[in-house]
Amino acid sequence: MVDYMDYEKLGLKMGLEIHQQLNTKKKLFCPCACELTDKKPLYHVLRNLRPTQSELGKIDRAAFEESRRKSEFIYDAYPYHTCLVESDDEPPHPLNQEALEIGLIIASLMKMQVFDEFHTMRKQVIDGSNTGGFQRTGLIASKGYIDTPHGRVIIENLCLEEDAARRMGQRKGKMEFRLDRLGIPLLEITTDPSMKHPEQARDVAHQIGQLLRSTRVKRGLGTIRQDLNISIKDGARVEVKGVQDLDSMAKLVENEVKRQINLIKIKNELQSRKAQVYEELHDVKEIFSDTKSKIISKAVSTGGVVLTIKLEGFKGLIGMEVQPGRRFGTELAGYAKKMGVAGIFHTDELPAYGISQEEVEAVNKFLEIDKEDAFILVADMEEKSRKALLEVIRRAKTALEAVPEETRRALEDANTEYLRPLPTASRMYVETDIPAQTISRALLEDIRANLPELPSEKKARIMEQYGLSEDLANQLVRRDKVEQFEDIMVNSKVDATLVASTISYTLKEIERDGYLVDKLFANNQLEETFQLLIDEKVSKDAVPQVLMGVLRDNISAEDAAKKLNLMMISEEQVLDIIKKIVSTNGKLLHERGQGAMGSLMGMAMKELKAKADGQLVNKLLREEIQKYLHQNE
Amino acid sequence: MNYRGRVLKFLESHNINIGDYIQINKKDEEYQGMLLDCSEGADDRHLVLKLDNGYNVGINITQAKLKLLEKGEKPEIKLPLLDIKKDSEKMDISIISTGGTVASVIDYKTGAVHPAFTANDLLRATPELLEEANIQGKAIMNILSENMKPDYWIESARSVENEITGGAHGVVLAHGTDTMHYTSSALSFILDSPVPIIVTGAQRSSDRPSSDAFINLMSSVAAAKSEIAEVTVCMHANENDSQAYLHRGTKVRKMHTSRRDTFQSINSPPLAQINQGKVKILDKRYKYKKRNETELEVNDSLEPKVAFIKTFPGIKSDLIDYFVDKGYLGLMLEGTGLGHCPDYLIPSLQRANDDGIAVAMSSQCLYGRTNLNVYSTGRKILKAGVIPTGDMLPETAYVKLVWILGQTEDLDEVKRIMQTNLKGELEEKSSPKYFLRDY
Repeated sequence: MVDYMDYEKLGLKMGLEIHQQLNTKKKLFCPCACELTDKKPLYHVLRNLRPTQSELGKIDRAAFEESRRKSEFIYDAYPYHTCLVESDDEPPHPLNQEALEIGLIIASLMKMQVFDEFHTMRKQVIDGSNTGGFQRTGLIASKGYIDTPHGRVIIENLCLEEDAARRMGQRKGKMEFRLDRLGIPLLEITTDPSMKHPEQARDVAHQIGQLLRSTRVKRGLGTIRQDLNISIKDGARVEVKGVQDLDSMAKLVENEVKRQINLIKIKNELQSRKAQVYEELHDVKEIFSDTKSKIISKAVSTGGVVLTIKLEGFKGLIGMEVQPGRRFGTELAGYAKKMGVAGIFHTDELPAYGISQEEVEAVNKFLEIDKEDAFILVADMEEKSRKALLEVIRRAKTALEAVPEETRRALEDANTEYLRPLPTASRMYVETDIPAQTISRALLEDIRANLPELPSEKKARIMEQYGLSEDLANQLVRRDKVEQFEDIMVNSKVDATLVASTISYTLKEIERDGYLVDKLFANNQLEETFQLLIDEKVSKDAVPQVLMGVLRDNISAEDAAKKLNLMMISEEQVLDIIKKIVSTNGKLLHERGQGAMGSLMGMAMKELKAKADGQLVNKLLREEIQKYLHQNE
Repeated sequence: MNYRGRVLKFLESHNINIGDYIQINKKDEEYQGMLLDCSEGADDRHLVLKLDNGYNVGINITQAKLKLLEKGEKPEIKLPLLDIKKDSEKMDISIISTGGTVASVIDYKTGAVHPAFTANDLLRATPELLEEANIQGKAIMNILSENMKPDYWIESARSVENEITGGAHGVVLAHGTDTMHYTSSALSFILDSPVPIIVTGAQRSSDRPSSDAFINLMSSVAAAKSEIAEVTVCMHANENDSQAYLHRGTKVRKMHTSRRDTFQSINSPPLAQINQGKVKILDKRYKYKKRNETELEVNDSLEPKVAFIKTFPGIKSDLIDYFVDKGYLGLMLEGTGLGHCPDYLIPSLQRANDDGIAVAMSSQCLYGRTNLNVYSTGRKILKAGVIPTGDMLPETAYVKLVWILGQTEDLDEVKRIMQTNLKGELEEKSSPKYFLRDY
């Protein structure tokens, strides 16, 4: 493997798919709040899903595969947090207009062509994540673009759809989902597969993220999800789901490209060996009657089977690494696991896991294995094992011909694992419960005339307008506090940098101590505090303490300053205090003359800290010392 | 094709049909896709395209240019042919389809759910049924249940009769849910049956993966194989896809617009619970007709000129007079409380009675029974010749009146039959258990 990848030569092509939750008042098709809940569900609903035919009479590939698995699901439901729409016991309410409008804003920001009518579709998904067996989705716009230093990227589609139910794990042997997330509006943004460098994909993802943040979208973990389509020449289109952070994107692309390169190598080698996949399944549990393998002995003792198949010409290739730490065997196992088995055993890793050399040889003999041939073992209940091996056979056969088109899941180590085949277009049919909606051109023009300022534009403007540093402007934009900053600046003569840094940094520190700083904005207390500063009633240094006092005791800024003894004192009062310090430190002044300045300044500041301006204290003290020394010469 | 007006002209002028692959060009925009029909009642400015990515979108034809890219075949739903072999070990169960949600599919032409499945289509969608019994499928009509009428009850009853005389060990009638309880009542009165007759349907259309049709059908076939030889309604017991209840056909009512467990037994418990194909009697004290206890008999003479009137504050007596003047032979009233209506209606009721019209009184409370002796208005209503219907559901009482008037015109006889329990529609005793659950 070469260290440096020449993506251009490899014919790398990437496309992005971004899902962003919207922060609307209601869900897309019902009045429930768009909030998740960790409360204990008050009841559970048990449902089955069966694949159906779409209006064109085709059954979707991905949906068909799901149906072969167990299709009973449990849903966590709540009497008030969720309603009958989520549990598929009531038809959907009309489309949420707030969500559609946010979609139109995003479409306009990406200069897309907005369709004249929005048709809600049903996208068949029978993995249980949608109670109806389909996700409702509709196409708002197509053919927009985003410019990057690597060139223009076309935004192919913008869809408005409902989020899926939250997967909670297993319950009584069935998949459990929570209805709280189901129906939260999502925007799905899809680029064309024209990106040729990971850096470009990262840049587009970043820019789209910025656009989204200029509208009412949800923030925080899990509210934005990125999928990446990756293909190389002679490889296949692979959709990688759940790319978490943009920084790991480059590594993820590299690993997926490696995987496809290796799969192509394996394919070529298999072809030159004239490899063959045998479809006969054999139960070889007799061979393992005294096995030390825990998995196998457990399967056999609980009435299961040990099924095996022969893969002619596969030896050595199953153990070949296709991604760091993941072998071709891992790919085969990924398919088998979808049928519910824990994994597979293959020739290239045996003897191991308690399976002895003798047992391997016995299987070899039984299957008439030649030196280039391999076998796969699965030990579990018969039905599961059979289905698992049928999947392995299907995957192994594909390996003879091509890299399979797949949906894969991004793993934390920037590798990917098999999820399901790529969905085909025919899994879409019309949602008959929602009438088509005309997107009024007047509304669209109104939206286009009032587009929000993009984060990058906002940053540049406040830097220019208020003379802020790039860092401070960045902080304000990222923390979504520009509006509050500008609110204060309208009425205040305080230095913009002080206001910005207070909002950006001081408040962050106060927040860290467990205070809810947003209250300061809501009650104008931040503005009050700056007013005290303008009126020279408190010093700059006192600002953090005043704010903390305001939050702690829920009082006005002035009361907090008084309570904390932080109100500035007059010049005469400062002078009195300094005089007192000077007169009581005659001995020190005698010994050190002007050199006592430092010590005395320390004493003065200790008493006057935050109540008087430091420069003033310094000036007055210097004068008093000179006066004293002069008088006592 | 539902297109009309401007769009229709536009399409016709380009000789474009549904299913054609076309390209639309507008100022700076270009779209390609397959032309689909619009939904019924859509405006005449948009055409519907299915894009290559599977999405449907609507395009306004104003200033649009259209180009045919490829002539298309009209897409159609094609299902493989059925090859059913009879197994002598299994019971013979007939499934009769009348339309409705349990037997429907997406109609891409209108974009709506339509009752378009035949009984055999139903079997293709639910091949598991064939493991349970030898299934004979038959579609006798294709209507939404809101369009049901007494003539169709007769048609359904005769079709059930045919299946039974043809040797069916049980009959399942697939029916829309809106008026299912009217039909189950009608079949109850029309038919004396030696085998179970199960009416079933679905609240979520069978074109969606989450349809309740599958469990309802499977449970219905189990019930049709059971010993309970009555007309019953078999639907989800609760929101879960696990159990179904078997409700007596005269004691059941649709109680929710959309839930799967919309059908509830009222003033009685369900007859049985069905779980994984097992039929379990819920209350052993509750008697039912057993298989082969009675001979098959059909009394399908009905009198459709019966009005079903709900009284309400402010109702005018001319509402009653209208039906009398129109020559109706029966008035089924749905009164308030114990069975009342405003006292100023009484002269009109008296007049109806004098004209030989059967007037009966049920309660819109649904739960509980009528008693017209408690208040003076009730006593006056009784004196006007009105027949109280006890704890019968208003819908059941209405159907029963339709049936009785088909058998006799003698008012005394009508009253006697109305107040005699024929098919479990009347219960003498009210248990405190028979009331709304769940708050």
